[in-house]
This record gives sequence, C-alpha cells and structure tokens, in this order.
Amino acid sequence: MAYQFSSHNEATFNKIKGQFPDKRSLILPCLYFVQRDIGYVDKEGMEYIAERIGDPISLAQVYGVATFYTMYNKKPVGKFHIQICSNISCYLAGSDSITKGFCDKLGIQKGDTSTDKMYTVDEVQCLGACGFGPVVQINDRYHENLRAEDIDGLIAALRAEVH
Amino acid sequence: MAERLLLTKYIDDPTSHTLEHYKSVGGYEAIRKALSMASDEITNTVKESGLRGRGGAGFPTGMKWSFIPKTDKPKYLICNGDEGEPGTFKDRKLLENLPHMLIEGMVIAAKAIDCHQAYIYIRGEFNKGIDIVSKAVDEAYAAGLLGKNILGLGFDLDLAVYAGAGAYICGEESALINSLEGRRGHPRLKPPFPAISGLYNCPTVVNNVETLCNIPHIINMGGAEYKKIGTEKSPGTRVFSVSGQVNRPGVYEIELGTPLLELINVQCQGMKDGKKLKAVIPGGSSAPILTAEEAGTATMDFESIASLKSMLGSGAVIVLSEDADLVETTYRLASFYAHESCGQCTPCREGTHWVKDLLGKIRKGKGSQKELDLILSLSRNMEGGTTICPLADACVMAVRPTIQKFTSEFTSRFKQIEDSLTNQEEAGVPA
Repeated sequence: MAYQFSSHNEATFNKIKGQFPDKRSLILPCLYFVQRDIGYVDKEGMEYIAERIGDPISLAQVYGVATFYTMYNKKPVGKFHIQICSNISCYLAGSDSITKGFCDKLGIQKGDTSTDKMYTVDEVQCLGACGFGPVVQINDRYHENLRAEDIDGLIAALRAEVH
Repeated sequence: MAERLLLTKYIDDPTSHTLEHYKSVGGYEAIRKALSMASDEITNTVKESGLRGRGGAGFPTGMKWSFIPKTDKPKYLICNGDEGEPGTFKDRKLLENLPHMLIEGMVIAAKAIDCHQAYIYIRGEFNKGIDIVSKAVDEAYAAGLLGKNILGLGFDLDLAVYAGAGAYICGEESALINSLEGRRGHPRLKPPFPAISGLYNCPTVVNNVETLCNIPHIINMGGAEYKKIGTEKSPGTRVFSVSGQVNRPGVYEIELGTPLLELINVQCQGMKDGKKLKAVIPGGSSAPILTAEEAGTATMDFESIASLKSMLGSGAVIVLSEDADLVETTYRLASFYAHESCGQCTPCREGTHWVKDLLGKIRKGKGSQKELDLILSLSRNMEGGTTICPLADACVMAVRPTIQKFTSEFTSRFKQIEDSLTNQEEAGVPA
C-alpha cells in the first residue's frame, strides 16, 4: 500500500494547516510526519507530501528542503539513533571517549548502523546542552553528563525497551 | 551586583512551566496592564527600559518594534528559539521552565506592533521544549490568554509552535523566516529588513526567547525602574549559560555589569580541579577569545566586552583551563562553521571548509607556518561584508583571535614535526 500519514499525523496535519497563510510552510512539519512514521524521508513520502499540500508545491521543492536540514534522515537509521555531540563544550567534557565507547561496544564505526538495524551512531554538532556534556541524543531524548562507564547500562536499557 | 533574579526567580520549582504556578507568582498581570495601554505606549516603555536583544546582536528591542510600519498589511511576530551556537543553552532552560513568561511577553509584543499571528520557532532537537511550550500554548488558549478577545480586553492573537530541523543558520532571522515559510534556511539579502518585508513579505519582528521573557517584567516595573538594573548602556539582567572547565556549569541570571570572574568563581564555584584559567570565550563560539588577563578585567555587559574586541553575543561563556588544547577546540569550532554554512556565498562555503582543513592539518602535527599564514589570509577574504550573513565572519572570529593570542599553541605543533625529523635524521633514518 502506498504511503500515507498515520492517523495521529493526519489529525495533526488537519490541526496545523490553518496556522499558516501560505501552505508551503507545511513542508517541514510534513517531513517530520513521514520520518516519525517510517524512520526517514523517502521519495514516496516526499511525493505524498507534495500531493497533500498541493499545487504549487512540487516534489523538487520538498526534496530541496529535506536535503538542506540535517535532522531529516535521507536513508534508514537504526531503531535507536545515537547522536553524540562533539563540539567544544562536550569535547572538553570528554565526548571523544563516549563516541569511542559506543562504537566499540556496538562494533560499528561512526555513521554506521548495526547489522541488526538496532543502532546507528553519529557524531553531531552542538546539541545546545553545553553545560551538561558530554550529551547524547537517542531518538527524541537527551542523555546528559554521560561517562564512558554509563554506556553499557544505556545500551542495556535500550535493549530492554525492545524486549 | 552579581546574582539578581528577575526571569529565573522561580525557575527551580518543578511546576514552574505550568499556568497555575506562573499565575500564582504574579504571571499574566502584565498582560492586563499592557492590553489596556496604547501600542505606542508599550513600545515607549520598552524603549525607556533600554532593553537590548538577548539573541546576539544586542539591538535595542523597542527601536526594533518601532520600525514596523503602520500599514494595513498583516504583521508577524516570531520568537527565535533556534538556539544552536556552541556554548549556548540558556534559551532551552527558559523554554522548558518558563513557557508562560514567554507567551505573556509575546502577547504584549504583539499588541505593541499590531500583530495577530505569532510563531515560536524552536530548534528541532529540543523535543522536550517543543512539547512543553506546545502544552503551555494550549493551556493559554483554554484560559482565554490567547485567541480571540484576550481576557475580554479586545485584542486577538493566535500563536503557533514551529520546529526547526537542525540548521544552525536558521538562528539568523532572515534564514529563520525562510525556514518558517517552508524553504531552505538561506539568509536573505538586506535591505529590505524583516520589519518592512519579512514573513510572507509582511512586516515582521523576530525576537529572542530571553528578550521576550523580559517584556512582562518591564511592563510590571515600568521602563525607568527596569533601567536602574545593570549598567547605563546595558540595562537589566542577563541569563548566561556557562560551560567548560568550571566546577558548576549551568544557567545563571546575573545583573549586567557583573565581573566575569565573579560569574566563574562565585556562581560556577571556580575552576575545575583547581586548575588555572587560560582563556574565556565570553559570548558564544563566535565571540573572540579573551586571555585570562583580559577576562580578569571584563565585566559582563555589552560595552566592557566590546572594549576587549569581543562580544556578549548569545550569552554563552565557555571557560578554558590551563589543560585546554586550543588547537583542538579551535578545530572543533571551525568544523562547526564548515558544517553549518548554508552554501549560498562562496567565501563562506569554501572558506569555512578550507580553514577547518588547514586547522586539521596543524592539529595532526602536519602543518607549518604556511598553513597558519594561509588561515589568516583567508580570514581577510571571509569577513566584512563579503557574504549575505555573518556566518563566515563568525568563523573568522572563532579562529583568528585564538591564533593571534595563543600563537605558540599552534606553532608548537609544527615543532613536533621538526623535532621528529631531526631525531630521525640523527638516528640515521632516511628522509
């Protein structure tokens, strides 16, 4: 079956579409709808967005927006997207050891997804939690003041969420 | 001076984000007063207070509002909550803990500029903040504090929350407007400025979260009383986010004009592990670095920091101890600007990456004076109006002063190679 918004996202779409005088403003929220539904933004989802928003929004315009913003995943990521802040304050607090810790424990390199599709590890720029570094964002949640010795427990907690 | 709590007085209460708590401590009283005032009267009160924008540029807020023309065109108010500069995290705290203070400030600002549709643009990573602010907006609608005929005082305002998607450049107001219009976050050529042609080509004011949180206090106290706080040219308090090598990093509200060392030694309880202070970046990653000696003379107000050829910027203080590797920290900052360049202007798109690569070479002990000279030469071509927005300038300010003030940290990396070659030659290893 072709992609369509989940019922929750459909309801949100109907709620927000009156908030903007120009319907083009709906592109960013709709890209989030697709990402929440399937984990990333694919061509089919982008085509659907262009169709739902309607003329004059084209697939090219939706694609142009999606590719500009880093938070839209253009390819599938693991069930848990582990994003480690590597900028100045987190670096000073020891973020390199956190990145290495996650990669070593999961047996993958930065930017890769584990073979069981459970984990993707990425290094990102500032997450805006500089006083509480090192900080890691896993899906929608921040984990602050992390230490290398916390990583085992964190991965175990993520595993427990699945089982 | 020191700690003076205006915005953050109740921020540690676990219920500070709720309407009930906010009202219990006098919240939404300013709205009643302001909605009974004429628009110009509100703007004049803010002008009288001397409030300067808390996002980065420090432009006088009342003056910014007064640029909005009195036309029949719709006017828009946007709260800039796209906080993303390394070191900066104070708006996140305000969004998560004081959403009703922000909403109240926005209703008053909207009345001042005759706006009936406003938006809060929040960086996409701040899921918790987005959720809390969205719930606060719903609460405010239900209580008659937003929507039609607010509190029966004849003013209408709709307010919506909009999530960004991970582009730092969207903190620049014209890029933010493009993003809110559903476009790539490309900064716009100015003029026209947003006050004349902003969101949907209509007059628009973009104010920072902390700026808008100050508004209810200014209305409650009166402009003249507010101006007594802080210094003559930098009135009020400022919420600073302090990170780096201090004992207690965090978010602190202090009166403007407080000595920088007092912020570090009193609020943040001194340097981590008793180390010596080496340097301070006083206003977000693009603020030129201060040596420990300069930091010792600085007070936290726009003028003092400007006199040291730096800036108060986004209110982010990054503290570096004698242990800090400034080649590495500068490389990380250059990497940030290279990553976040929107790509519109060649000096920025090419320059930021080039600077990052050159620093990368030095960092690995593979650089020489040639690379350092090239960075300084490149810097001159990236700054001072060669680009649409100041991102390239920001990269230069994050890099050049550090190289100039701490040259030996960079040149000592060359020496490692020379020493290593000399040692190899002495050991008979062929070059």
